[in-house]
Amino acid sequence: MPLWTLRGLGQGKATTGWPKDPAAHGQQGTIGMPSVGADRCTEDCHRCADACPTQAITLDTRGHLETLDYGRCVNCQLCVETCPAGTLQPGSEWAFGVRDRVDLQWSLDPDPRPPEVRLASHIERSFRGSLHVRHVDAGSCNGCESELQALNNPFYNLHRLGIFFTASPRAADLLLVTGTVTTGMHEPLLAAWEAMPEPKRVLACGTCAVSGGVCGGTETSGHGLEGVLPVDVWLPGCPPNPAAIIEALLMLLERKPQRIHGGRVHER
Amino acid sequence: MSVRLQMLVLDAAALESRVEQLLADGGRMQMAYAWRSAPDAIEVRYLAAPAAGQPFEVWCVRPVDDALPSLATRAPLLGWYEREMQDLHGLSFRGHPEPHPLVIDRSNGMPRAPLVLPEAVDPQAQWLGFGPVRADVMESGQFLFLYIGEAIVHYVPRLFLKHRGMEARFEGLSPTHGCVLAERVSGVGSVAHALAYCQAVEHAAGCEVPRRARQWRVLVAELERIYNHLHYFGALADATTLKVGQAEGRLLEERAKQLAGQLTGQRFMRNVLCPGGLRREMVVPPGWPEHLLALRKEVEGYLAQLERTTSYLDRLITTGVLPREVAFDQGATGPIERASGLDRDLRRDHPYAAYDELTVPVPLAESGDAHARAKVRAAELLASFDLLEILLPRLATGPCRVACEAPPGSFGLGWAETPRGSLYYAVHVGPDGALARVKVKSPSFSNWRAFPFTVHQTNMMDYAINEASFGLTIAGCDR
Repeated sequence: MPLWTLRGLGQGKATTGWPKDPAAHGQQGTIGMPSVGADRCTEDCHRCADACPTQAITLDTRGHLETLDYGRCVNCQLCVETCPAGTLQPGSEWAFGVRDRVDLQWSLDPDPRPPEVRLASHIERSFRGSLHVRHVDAGSCNGCESELQALNNPFYNLHRLGIFFTASPRAADLLLVTGTVTTGMHEPLLAAWEAMPEPKRVLACGTCAVSGGVCGGTETSGHGLEGVLPVDVWLPGCPPNPAAIIEALLMLLERKPQRIHGGRVHER
Repeated sequence: MSVRLQMLVLDAAALESRVEQLLADGGRMQMAYAWRSAPDAIEVRYLAAPAAGQPFEVWCVRPVDDALPSLATRAPLLGWYEREMQDLHGLSFRGHPEPHPLVIDRSNGMPRAPLVLPEAVDPQAQWLGFGPVRADVMESGQFLFLYIGEAIVHYVPRLFLKHRGMEARFEGLSPTHGCVLAERVSGVGSVAHALAYCQAVEHAAGCEVPRRARQWRVLVAELERIYNHLHYFGALADATTLKVGQAEGRLLEERAKQLAGQLTGQRFMRNVLCPGGLRREMVVPPGWPEHLLALRKEVEGYLAQLERTTSYLDRLITTGVLPREVAFDQGATGPIERASGLDRDLRRDHPYAAYDELTVPVPLAESGDAHARAKVRAAELLASFDLLEILLPRLATGPCRVACEAPPGSFGLGWAETPRGSLYYAVHVGPDGALARVKVKSPSFSNWRAFPFTVHQTNMMDYAINEASFGLTIAGCDR
């Protein structure tokens, strides 16, 4: 045992400086959600909508890209690979956490509604010190769990941010749900929610929990959390990487601003 | 390519003697599934692996009045497949030793996993339920222990609460979209699922994948094994309360996933494979092989340190013993069966992708305990680094994709040796060219069937370590 302690000490610090150091998120080389480039559709090609396995794309009467719902996107890149005009491009953005589901919807004519401004004073006092999270797998592929488990590895070291996973829902502030909400997990999910004390929040983690993704729509699979629980933060991604999950958690705590509005990145 | 499989049409009455003959000749059943070739015509297909060196056999059998004789008393591993067909396809199997539902029970309004508990005869014995929502970040599954004090008398895992109906979800999709879905059956097996699926479609289409694509498939499949096995050691160190060992295992896993992200653009290496080869031209980033080599050095040091840690070894040796014959009968696969002395590995026995140009070592152990399972995985982990080091300088140039169109009415079978064992995809293409039926036989479906045999008559203290030593996923099993 002492040998392990020495070994660990000998290896020095493994934890990333992110989010303070903006480049050290550990996701270098990964491809984000598709982005809509400056070039617009020139032909009536339908290819992106046909290629999308989750019907996340709709076209206008001319057959041009009209809306893109990131809440349905599983980041399979098929639309990007098939687009002849460069309208859809490989994106660099992977952190898509939003408070309002409609903010995941990109459309050609964006809603004139300005990005919502929330003041730090809105933070509920009860969540200011630390956040305790109860995770429930409501029918995932285990990809989200793999990334959630990674949050506690020494690289991301979630504890340093005052965020902890807790065993009992009675000690939890946040219910973090993955998966499509299968018929088998519907009741246990609601039981965990019921057992949590007020105030309590819900984070839909991964495209399955947001909309059912590519796995929804069978007799037993469900369609995600819409209409099941009141969701406070929607985080699509298939799966969202650990840094994207941390961004969403910090956004929930209002320690980071929401960056995505109307399916577009708005830096402040 | 040599003959991959033989198709045989059998009479229902000939099934039992055929299975007995297969077992007597040193073969083993692999899976069974039902499919409707027409609205009123159902067929059951059995996949058999005769003795080493021979091609697979697919037995096509027409049930009589939606019934077949159960083969579960002769080949117990078929018990779960028969029950699944009972639940999902309305077939019945005469003489089944455990005829109750397995995957779905529709009797209580909502279709969901049944709960079937044997009756406790000892009045002192009590049931302890655990899950489906378990401590920490875990997949959902409910575990029931019939116990007296610390002793577990009987153990029942209630799985399939996460049953998403993934096989049904494939139906009607185009073969291209099918690959996106296959990558999401079991997230930590994304590459293996895509690979087995693509190979099934390619078999149906009769297309030959270019060498460069086959080599890249091995590259990403072995990298998937590396991050999964590293995850396994982190979890095993956690179960044996070796905190620094856990942290180091998790960190090494993270490094492997970051390397995967740099190589393919996605940490689970999704969006790389497609029927016919690779989705796009792939390039090894500069400096990447050196990072892999550096990771290997750290992994070697880590594994050696684990093997020198007596508190860890004490808790693994003799824990959760899976005897060789139980492993064989119940269908254990992958590192689990190899740790119980069964010498099988699809990469060597039925080579696919570019494994025919590599020598795949198949590490074995005999004792069948948690330590044997860890030793087999440690040796496999290092062997995967070896394979990558041989493959990287050898990557061929040339095309990475050919046209692949599976004709209407065609059938294909694909397989892969995942980090957890054998995975099969059977693909039937409908008259419109869309997927008509896809069967997924995941390794965890096989290993969950075998696992309870190592829990009955053991004790509570060993359970978590034993479960970690199996390295199971629930998503793959439940589908």
